[in-house]
Amino acid sequence: MAEVYASSVIAAPAGRVWASIRDFNGLPSWHPLIAESRIEAAAPADQVGCVRAFRLKDGGFIREKLLALSDYDFSCTYSILESPMGVENYVATLKLTPITDGDRTFAEWSASFDCAAEREAELVTNIGGNVFQGGFEALKRQFGG
Amino acid sequence: MQIQRSTVIDAPLDAVWAVLRDFNGHDRWHPAVATSRLEGGRRTDQVGCVRDFRLAGGERVREQLLSLSDRDHRFRYAIVESDIPLHDYVAEVALKPVTDGNRTFWRWSSHFRPPPGRERELRELVSQGVYEAGFAAIRALVERRSAPALRPALRPAAAPAPASAPAAAGDGALAGEAVRLDRYGGPEELHIVPVSAPRPGPGEVRLRQTAIGVNFIDVYCRTGYFDLLKPPGVPGMEAAGVVLDVGPGVRHLSTGQRVAYACPPVGAYATVRTMKADLLVPLPDGFSDQVAAAILLKGMTAAFLLHRVHKLQAGETLLVYAPAGGVGRLLCQWARHLGARVLGATSSPEKAAAARAAGAHEVILPGPESLEAQVKALTGGRGADVIYDAVGRDSFAHSLRALANCGHLVSYGQASGPVGNWDIGALASNSATVSRPNYGHYTDTPEKVAAITARLFSALAEGVITPEIGQRFPLAEAAAAHRALEGRRTLGATILLPGGPH
Repeated sequence: MAEVYASSVIAAPAGRVWASIRDFNGLPSWHPLIAESRIEAAAPADQVGCVRAFRLKDGGFIREKLLALSDYDFSCTYSILESPMGVENYVATLKLTPITDGDRTFAEWSASFDCAAEREAELVTNIGGNVFQGGFEALKRQFGG
Repeated sequence: MQIQRSTVIDAPLDAVWAVLRDFNGHDRWHPAVATSRLEGGRRTDQVGCVRDFRLAGGERVREQLLSLSDRDHRFRYAIVESDIPLHDYVAEVALKPVTDGNRTFWRWSSHFRPPPGRERELRELVSQGVYEAGFAAIRALVERRSAPALRPALRPAAAPAPASAPAAAGDGALAGEAVRLDRYGGPEELHIVPVSAPRPGPGEVRLRQTAIGVNFIDVYCRTGYFDLLKPPGVPGMEAAGVVLDVGPGVRHLSTGQRVAYACPPVGAYATVRTMKADLLVPLPDGFSDQVAAAILLKGMTAAFLLHRVHKLQAGETLLVYAPAGGVGRLLCQWARHLGARVLGATSSPEKAAAARAAGAHEVILPGPESLEAQVKALTGGRGADVIYDAVGRDSFAHSLRALANCGHLVSYGQASGPVGNWDIGALASNSATVSRPNYGHYTDTPEKVAAITARLFSALAEGVITPEIGQRFPLAEAAAAHRALEGRRTLGATILLPGGPH
């Protein structure tokens, strides 16, 4: 089981950052790797159990299922149903925590998954760097952090 | 009533946790705490222990540790008795790494029942007087420890390239130079070549090296006597420098920090290097990079020889071969400080004078009497309690005979050749113990390295041992450094400087 963890600080209140990212169908509006997204079966994007199908700018196609969403904890957990990455049992959580000192946001993005042993280091680097940290960088630009 | 305060400390998580996890250590950093002691002889990290402390205002508080986790970097505690009416107070301190910039997120939270009418006063006392004051104190304590000089020079590797940039392998590699050995042989096989240090991967850091130690083991690697290096490859196992960037998962080092190492794998003869972070040692202020490169390997060797392989006691007599040499000189200085009687065995009056300067009480020179006879004469017929012998073939038999009964022979090198095969039955003649320590086995985990270097840096800071840099060569002239070392023309340590000698 491989694990990835990335965290960052965003210079805006957690409630404001959460408003940007809670939309499970909203990745294209803030994450630089994502080109387009839709929710399958016309479900609401905050219905736990809904599936988002999205395309990366490099052409890759991914389907992910919303497992948990909490407006109280500012937290969203999802799994990968289908992807070109070669991972299994992939479950990730994106979570925000208020930083009272300066009214900023501590953002954490973590995942665990199974994969071929020889690909683990590359996947950990790519997911932690390009996907998670790349998302944080975009949020920092958006919120001026 | 619930209170929650959080902040970000600009220091690696391990540095913050090292201070906070000491439950009874709060009187050393928190401005509101005057004195604190642990009840009942318990340890500070023993779950269930009670700290009994006085605040700066004189109030007494007793708090019990309910849980402590080094995995989650979190502890909980409760007030069991207090002059301040914080009823049913339970609090939690939790740290998380901010991987973007290698900082630390810290949340301090609690709930309690205040008496009616005192809610606001107690809320302010806890949130500002305790939690926020604690944040400021820790920030002042740990943030100033990291060297800021090179911080803006390079973004940490964990911080990603801009989203538009490709993340292909090799992206972001840093150009430099290294001394490469293309095949086993003489010093002429060492050539300076351009190299590149890749961006650090998980658990790795990238260094700009400022001083590199030259050791006799590098010669053994060059000739092929040791197979630690398989050509083509870069020799060297000791260097100091500055962290340029850190890979994912590295929590004890940060960009701009000064570090040193003395460990395999080989590859130190280089201006830049990407390597595993776990055996790197943060350099305390006050130790120059050149001193670190000159003394780390020899000093760590002396430290584990005197404190781990044999736990030297005051009053013991020890015999050190080559007492004017690299490790031998440090053994003499350190053993004398520990209260031992120090005998040195060397080959010339000049080296004898150097040995005496290093702390040897007596020096034995070759003469009509054998070494063991001279040792016995100097010890009232007893012999030496412990002998540090890196000569090997030519000295081993003499060393065994020079031991006191139940003495300890530490054979840690073989400059004159292998010791050969011995019948251990012969050890019964004086109930001798023989050790053959391997540097790697005493320095192969971060915990061992931390313990040994803590001893070493404190001995250096107190002047118990002193560095001695005899020769400095530009990195490109590593071959000349090897010639000097093999020609026995060196005194003290030899180092290579990537920017040329200064």
